[in-house]
Amino acid sequence: MAENILEMHNITKEFPGVKALDNVTFQVEKGEIHCLVGENGAGKSTLMKVLSGVYPYGEYEGDIVLDGKVQQFNTINDSERAGIAIIYQELALFPDLPVYENIYIGNEVKTGGIINWNQTIIKSKEMLKKVNLKVKPETLIKDLGVGKQQLIEIAKALSKDVQLLILDEPTAALNEDDSANLLELIKALKNQGITCIMITHKLKEVVTISDKVTVLRDGQTICTLDASKGEVNERTIIKHMVGRELSDIFPKRPENHFGETILELKDWSAYDQQLGRFVVKKADINLKKGEIIGLAGLMGSGRTELALSMFGNPRSYKLKGTLLLNNEEKNFRHTSDAIKEGIAYVTEDRKGNGLFLTQNITNNITAANLKGVSSKGILNSNEEVTVAESYKNSIHIKSSSIDQLVGKLSGGNQQKVSISKWLFSSPDILILDEPTRGIDVGAKFEIYTVMNELISRGMSIIMISSELGEILGMSDRIYVMAEGEIKGEVKAQEANQESIMELATQ
Amino acid sequence: MKLVNEAKMLIKENIRDYGMFIALFFIMIVFNLLTDGMFMSSRNISNMLDSAGYIAVLAVGMTLVIVIRHIDLSVGYIAGFLGAVSAILLMQYELSVFIVIPIILLLGILIGFFNGFLIAQLGIPAFVATLAGMLVFRGALLQVTAGTGTIIVQNDFFNAIGNGFIPSLAKINDLHLLTLLIGFVTILFFSYGEIKTRSDKKKYNFDVVSTGIFLLKMVFLSLIIGYITIILAGYNGFSWTVIIVLLVTMIYHFITSKTVLGRQIYAVGSNPEAAHLSGINVKKVTFMVMGSMSMLAALSGIMYTSRLQSATTTAGMLFELDAIAAAYVGGVSSAGGVGKVTGAIIGAIVMASLTNGMNLMGVGISYQYMIRGGVLAGAVIFDVMTRKRGK
Ligand SMILES: Nc1ncnc2c1ncn2[C@@H]1O[C@H](COP(=O)(O)OP(=O)(O)OP(=O)(O)O)[C@@H](O)[C@H]1O
Ligand SMILES: [Mg+2]
Repeated sequence: MAENILEMHNITKEFPGVKALDNVTFQVEKGEIHCLVGENGAGKSTLMKVLSGVYPYGEYEGDIVLDGKVQQFNTINDSERAGIAIIYQELALFPDLPVYENIYIGNEVKTGGIINWNQTIIKSKEMLKKVNLKVKPETLIKDLGVGKQQLIEIAKALSKDVQLLILDEPTAALNEDDSANLLELIKALKNQGITCIMITHKLKEVVTISDKVTVLRDGQTICTLDASKGEVNERTIIKHMVGRELSDIFPKRPENHFGETILELKDWSAYDQQLGRFVVKKADINLKKGEIIGLAGLMGSGRTELALSMFGNPRSYKLKGTLLLNNEEKNFRHTSDAIKEGIAYVTEDRKGNGLFLTQNITNNITAANLKGVSSKGILNSNEEVTVAESYKNSIHIKSSSIDQLVGKLSGGNQQKVSISKWLFSSPDILILDEPTRGIDVGAKFEIYTVMNELISRGMSIIMISSELGEILGMSDRIYVMAEGEIKGEVKAQEANQESIMELATQ
Repeated sequence: MKLVNEAKMLIKENIRDYGMFIALFFIMIVFNLLTDGMFMSSRNISNMLDSAGYIAVLAVGMTLVIVIRHIDLSVGYIAGFLGAVSAILLMQYELSVFIVIPIILLLGILIGFFNGFLIAQLGIPAFVATLAGMLVFRGALLQVTAGTGTIIVQNDFFNAIGNGFIPSLAKINDLHLLTLLIGFVTILFFSYGEIKTRSDKKKYNFDVVSTGIFLLKMVFLSLIIGYITIILAGYNGFSWTVIIVLLVTMIYHFITSKTVLGRQIYAVGSNPEAAHLSGINVKKVTFMVMGSMSMLAALSGIMYTSRLQSATTTAGMLFELDAIAAAYVGGVSSAGGVGKVTGAIIGAIVMASLTNGMNLMGVGISYQYMIRGGVLAGAVIFDVMTRKRGK
């Protein structure tokens, strides 16, 4: 038996109104890749925050034993000194600073108390080599794709002499290529003796990479599965996660009949004045009533930009071409115009531009349709509560009450609030940008079910997704984008992963 | 014992909301002890509240400006300038008060829209745009008072705004009847509101405090309102200034908590980009908030001019900083999206109590500035700390 690098004993952590962790035990062997899985709100992120000192000693019960020594971390710095590095669900890089500054921020290379920039650059080159990233250290973070940014985060962790690397949903925002790349890197780190704990909702990754898997449910440890004993497979994991068998990943689609074309873009281009280039080039797409179209493509292929350009153009692109809604040409001047005409857009970046984190669930859900809960500009709080309660129950938002601040929900539950907000605006066209990012298998199924229900009621959906499985499983038709252009259109029945990737990387 | 524990928990969790009440309570008790009861005398409390009035209305507006992540440095001299204009209109043009006041408020709104235009439309940082406004209006104030110097206002109605008291109707035991009535009605309304909110919350299964704590809180707050009412009734009763501040607070409280506009203001403050994507017109909200701010600055100018019964060449100096201080002490957060107008009023009273109490004790002006600076820094540190813990 190899020794345990980490043992967490009987960890209990309470927030007002919720017991996020209830007597959790968690053990990690030296040099293994250990995946932590569980439904949204199961307590995964909280457990890792306890481990890394975000919640200091005394705010939780139980013991953390690292390398045989009981630890009492008061800050993140303490845990870093002990060799633990954590990369959060949300990246924490400075977009306007160059790569080398980001790697060494908070850990500056100094000679005699003064930062030595030359040395910093030289050392950061080494770190970049370690994570297999071929970019110049002087590149600004904002000029890199998310996949590369994620690698920079890891380089930053490596620069601190890490023993135990924790990654909270590192591949959630990555496409398949970048994800595969990242997983390779983690394996390479393992060979160098670095232990890794990874939280993810992508069970395929869990199966390919992990040595052990620990499942949390409702703040409790359910079990730890061992790959060397052949215990790690998707079915078993799902069974432990949700507490029952889940046979399908996608719900059965009702036989659907498409109606008339509801939305049409003709020769549609968007020019980004800040970037100084076209982000959407001469796109032609159409959407029928009751139809789901998928927008596939790599990160940065212009899918989000396309969505925004038709949703009232909040980034003030210069637009060319025509947008027809029910065969009528429209010219939206503000997002509110688009919303009035029945378009809704669920953003891919829920924390950045989707949610009001300092507000409660109710206020978030009604924010895009305040008219619906007010008369003559005065809010009806009873109405608001009814609305919020109904969404909380129908799509299972896990929280102590609808009065809870959204900033304190788990990532997946935040996503559900973000979607509820737009369902309440009762749109005809719903644009979902990465709708299941960071969402557990059970909840994914629920969201897919909701999507099916919506189209059977005549709504139309545009789904942007980097998960090819989801694109193939849910869409009727698929548009593939690359470099701002629509590279092709395929019927879902005739498409497969290869044909889409081929178009996307053309 | 259980009650005490619950109270402790409650204060710990809601320290943001309760902190300033506790601070105010301590400040009052300490000053009362240090001044041998002079601080809590009817006359002093009445004076103190009147001297807080023109900052309190500014603090209400400033709270909303800070909630949407901006700042307004021009309000002091806008108040000074518009105060002088009102004096000129009254004395040199001999217009009626009933015309002058609406004109001044309207001018305030227009100036605010101009600030809004600079900030929302042209994208100039609020700090710079309103710093420019501060210089411009300081100049404007000097300009309009250049010929005359201080302008004395001789208009009883106008001067009553800052110095007069509401009629008493009758006196019982030397106490001011109408004041007692208003105080009593306020307590009734307040209690009704609290009880209704609580029963609504219970209906929806929200967390509510236990009955014991709830009663304790109600009795405590009712006693405070009652006590202040009786103190004031023992002197000249409520002043018009207090009534104006109460009205402004009530209107703004209603707008921020019960209307679509209010919700939009907090949404913009909480996450401007998300607000935009939710179809909220961020520019419009910015215009409204900046407009309201300068309108309140105009009101503040009227109140100050009336209180001095004259317009001076230095009126409005440093009002903006007092207002910003009051807003922060009142719990507004520099990160945006958090802060209540009722807090701003308490903040203004805290700052006024400090000045007043230190004056009574004869503390030198140099120390006064340092202590007030310390309190402001303390309030902001408190804000940052509680926000960190919240995460
Ligand atoms: N700061 C907080 N205050 C109150 N409750 C919190 C706070 N942080 C987390 N919680 C609650 O604790 C529970 C566990 O949350 P956690 O973020 O650990 O879930 P998770 O397993 O990481 O879920 P996800 O997969 O959705 O990210 C949730 O019910 C959440 O609402
Ligand atoms: Mg999480």
